[in-house]
Amino acid sequence: MTGALQVANISWRFMRVWNRNLVVYRKIWLVNFLVPLFEPLLYLAAFGVGLSALIGKVSHNGTELSYIEFIAPALLAITIMYNAFFENTYASFVRMYYQKTFDAMMATPLSLEDIIAGEIVWGATKSVIAAAIMLAVISFFGLVHFPHGLLILPISFLGGLVFGTVGMVFTGLVPSIDMFNLPIFLFITPMFLFSGTFFPISTLPEWAQTLSLALPLTHLVNLCRSFCLGEMTADLLWSIVYMTVFFILLFPVALMVMRRKLIN
Amino acid sequence: MAENQTYIIEAAGLRKKFNGHVAVDGISFHLAPGECVGLLGPNGAGKTSTIRMIYGFSPMTSGSLKVFGLEINFWWRQIKARIGVCQQENNLDPDLSVLQNLELFARYFNIARKDARDRALQLLNFIALESRKDDKVTSLSGGMMRRLVLARALINNPELLILDEPTTGLDPQARHQVWERLELLRANGLSVLLTTHYMDEASRLCDRLIIMDHGKILVEGKPADLIRSHAGDHVVEIVNPGQEVKDFVEEHDYLHDVLDHRIIIYGKEADRLFDIIGDRFCVETCIKRLATLEDVFLRLTGRELRE
Repeated sequence: MTGALQVANISWRFMRVWNRNLVVYRKIWLVNFLVPLFEPLLYLAAFGVGLSALIGKVSHNGTELSYIEFIAPALLAITIMYNAFFENTYASFVRMYYQKTFDAMMATPLSLEDIIAGEIVWGATKSVIAAAIMLAVISFFGLVHFPHGLLILPISFLGGLVFGTVGMVFTGLVPSIDMFNLPIFLFITPMFLFSGTFFPISTLPEWAQTLSLALPLTHLVNLCRSFCLGEMTADLLWSIVYMTVFFILLFPVALMVMRRKLIN
Repeated sequence: MAENQTYIIEAAGLRKKFNGHVAVDGISFHLAPGECVGLLGPNGAGKTSTIRMIYGFSPMTSGSLKVFGLEINFWWRQIKARIGVCQQENNLDPDLSVLQNLELFARYFNIARKDARDRALQLLNFIALESRKDDKVTSLSGGMMRRLVLARALINNPELLILDEPTTGLDPQARHQVWERLELLRANGLSVLLTTHYMDEASRLCDRLIIMDHGKILVEGKPADLIRSHAGDHVVEIVNPGQEVKDFVEEHDYLHDVLDHRIIIYGKEADRLFDIIGDRFCVETCIKRLATLEDVFLRLTGRELRE
C-alpha cells in the first residue's frame, strides 16, 4: 500500500491517540512547562549578556538589530523544531517498540494511520505549547512585537507538523533507538547551525545560501523573526507554502515507512 | 446450525506469506456463535499469524476471511469495533494508571467518557482489581496484569473474544483465576477463539480444537473425540522396555510410539491394555493412565523441539 492511499485510512479517531498523549503529558505538566520556561532565560543570558558584547549589531533586511533581537526568534524556531522532532523520534519509538502501545491500539478500531497521525499532531501540539510559553517569556524582554507575534502560534503548529513528520520518518527507518544519533547529526545539527539561526545566511557563499533555503528550519526562522519584529513581507508567504508542501509530501512517506515497519 | 445464521468467523483458503516464508498455508475453518475454538500447535505453527489476520492487524496474502459475515479487507474498522483482543504480550500502557488503561482504551472505541468510566469500574470489579485502580500498572503482579489485559479486551462489550496464550507464564492460582472468568463469559454466550500451549486449558475451555502445524490444519474436532481417535482411551508407558514388549506390540498391531528409553502404547478400552501389557511386561517403571490431549498433540506434531 502506498503512502498516498494510506491517507484514506485516517479518521477523526486520531484525536483519541492525541488525547492519550495529552493525558500522560498533564501528569507531569510542571516538568513539561519548566523547560520551555527557563531554557530561553539561559539562552538569553548567555547570548544576550555574554556574546552580544563581542558581536555588536547584526544587519537584517537593511535594519540594525542587537544580537539578542536577532537570535531570540531563532531560538523560538529551534524550540518548535526540537519539541516535535524529539517527540516523534525518541518518545514515539519508546511507545512503539518498548511499550507496545501501538500494538495494543491496533486491536481497536484505530488504524495504523490514525495512530501515526495522532502522534504527529501531538508532536505539533507540544511545539505550540512550548512556543507559547517561550513567546510569553521573551516578550517580557520586549523582544516580541504584538499583535504580529501571535502569528507564531499557528506557525509553530505548522512547524511542528513538519519536524514531527521528519522525526516519524526516521522512527520508521532506524533499526534501534541508538541509531537516532545519525539523523540528528546529518539533519538536525546542520539545520540548527545553518538556517539563519545564529548568523544571517547572507554571510554564507552563494551556493550555501541556496542550500540553506532548502532547509525547512530556514523558513521557520524567517517566519518567527519577521513576526517577532512586526514585519509583514510577501516572501513570508513563500516560507509558509514551502513548509506546507514539505509536510504534504513527507507525511505519506511517514505513513508508508511506519506501515512497513509495524505490519507484515 | 440453521442456514440463516452467520458464522462469527469464516475462513476459506486463508494464506499468509511474509519475508518469503509461508506462515499460514491455506487454512479453512469456522467459529459458530457462542462457540469456543482453540488453536493449538507448536511454536511457529501459524496460530498467532492466523489470529492477527482475524483482528485486522495483518493483511492476508490470499483466501477469504469473514468476521460477523463481513469481509475483513473492507469492513476492518467495523469488525475491530466488535472484537476484544488479548494479545500475547502484556502491552498495558505503563504511562497510565490501572483505571486509565481501561478508560482511555474505551475512548479508542469512541465510547463516551462517562460510559467509559462506568464500564471500566464494572470490569475492575469483575477482575477483582478495584482496590488497585489508581496504581501504576507496573506495580501489578503478572496475574493481575493478565486479568487487566482481559478486562481491557472486554471494554467494548465484544461479540468475539480473541485470546493469544492467555495464561502463559502465570502461576497455577493466577491461571485458575483467569479460567474462572473466561468460563463466566462463556456461560453468557460470548464467542471465543484462543491459542494456547496448555492442553488442560484447551480441554477445559474449548468446545472444539484445531491442531495446526507448518501453517496447515492437521485435525479438528471436540477434545474428547480427538483423544479417542488419535490416542485411544488407555495408555501404558514402559520405561526401558525389553525386546519382548516391542515384539508383542508389533505382533498385536497396537498403536504405539517408541522413544529412546520408553515405549508408549495406546489402546481402546476393550483392548484391556492395563491387564495384558501392564501386568505382563512391567519390569522397572510402568505408567498406566488415561489418554490425554497431550498424547494427541505430540503424536500429530512430533516430539522434536521447535525453535
